[in-house]
Amino acid sequence: MKVLVFIAGLAPLVRLAWRGTHGSLGANPVQTVQFETGLWALRLLFATLGVTPLVRLTGRSELIRVRRMIGLFAFLYATLHFSTYLVLDMFFDWKAIWKDVAKHLWITAGFSAFVLMIPLAVTSTDAMIRRLGKRWGQLHRLIYPAAILGVIHFLWLVKKDKTEPLIYAAILAILLGYRIASRLLSQRA
Amino acid sequence: MGQAPGDIKASEITPESVWLDRRTFLKAAGIAAVSALVPRLARAGGADDKPTSFDDITHYNNFYEFGTDKLSPSREAPKYLKARPWSVRVEGLVAKPKTWDIDEVVKRFPAEERVYHLRCVEAWSAVVPWSGFPLSALLKKAEPKSKAKYVAFQTLLDPKQMPGQNASVLPWPYVEGLRLDEAMHPLTMLATGLYGKPLPAQDGAPIRLVVPWKYGFKSIKSIVKVMLVERQPPTTWNIAAPNEYGFYSNVNPAVDHPRWSQKTERRLGDLFRHPTLPFNGYETQVAGLYKGMDLAKDF
Repeated sequence: MKVLVFIAGLAPLVRLAWRGTHGSLGANPVQTVQFETGLWALRLLFATLGVTPLVRLTGRSELIRVRRMIGLFAFLYATLHFSTYLVLDMFFDWKAIWKDVAKHLWITAGFSAFVLMIPLAVTSTDAMIRRLGKRWGQLHRLIYPAAILGVIHFLWLVKKDKTEPLIYAAILAILLGYRIASRLLSQRA
Repeated sequence: MGQAPGDIKASEITPESVWLDRRTFLKAAGIAAVSALVPRLARAGGADDKPTSFDDITHYNNFYEFGTDKLSPSREAPKYLKARPWSVRVEGLVAKPKTWDIDEVVKRFPAEERVYHLRCVEAWSAVVPWSGFPLSALLKKAEPKSKAKYVAFQTLLDPKQMPGQNASVLPWPYVEGLRLDEAMHPLTMLATGLYGKPLPAQDGAPIRLVVPWKYGFKSIKSIVKVMLVERQPPTTWNIAAPNEYGFYSNVNPAVDHPRWSQKTERRLGDLFRHPTLPFNGYETQVAGLYKGMDLAKDF
């Protein structure tokens, strides 16, 4: 199963590379790469968040073993997404980046989401999980604000037709709503 | 100057070399004067003025009448939009209102090619070889009355030809406007062609406005009505989001979009961004139109 997830996780990147070498990224290739890597970061974050509900609903606990890999793929795409901004948009102009992050809430949201994902990727090793113990779980709740900020980043980028980001917002609402509901139910029980 | 030729002292006669120089000078000055009018040479800065490919210009379009993504217009517009027969009504505060048939327009106003920079409010840009004629030529034929202060434009309203109008993303029909002096400016043109061919449907067939120093959405497509009016007319994006899109919408790197920076732009096909120029590089020609105005307020 891990092999399957690995292939699936790499597929969007391979597809982008293929389109890049075949000149089929459209009139604005950089924008296409930015958009696709951002979308996949968000989709894979959602997939990571979907594992727990799926395990509970299907009872197939072995699914939990691929959660880390999906999460790391989400981080990979987020890193690629941020890199296009860092290199192609701003070309390491840290002062301009800092201004952009501080001034434009759209950038602030996306940047914060990325920063929140860094400690999660860093502490994803077995050794770190053991070392952090109970606090590991607490730390990894940062995925919630990261996903929320990712969706906000998407919403604020769109000029007018918000259909697509709103679909993402709805999916996230279901994923988070499930957790809130199951917690409320377990408290009552 | 009543001197007979014989009275001229030898020292007063301009040597032939100087005289020739002066000719060259006048010729050069003439070229300079002409090039000041030919926008392709006159634009300041401009790192690379190589026109964007026909393929890119026709496959990366904002034309919400055919969908809100960049590729839909190239797919849908040629299928649905009928560029013939087509008429453009010029009316309002004019002495001679008239409904023009598009073929008559094309015949009556000889097309010239103009390579203009296009800067979208979304911070991408292109270099476009339009063909068309100055808007002022059409307006003059209508003889605007002295009360006319603005020009209002309208796109076709027909959901059968423009299926995107079935969705309420924007209020339809698309409307735009210019101040009369902006409309009469020699850089302001009506384009009927692209790369020497008739305007493709997705680029605003059969006739569209091109105002190179303003963000692209001001350059309204597939025009059916031009109206001379007294008051500032409503404009579509301003209605949709007044805090983000002003009536003037001059390209201005100093005034950010509320959500993103306007300091730089990415030319279609380029890897890196480059600085955006005030008035999209046409500052010397058009800055005078806005003397005394606060362009941060009137954005």
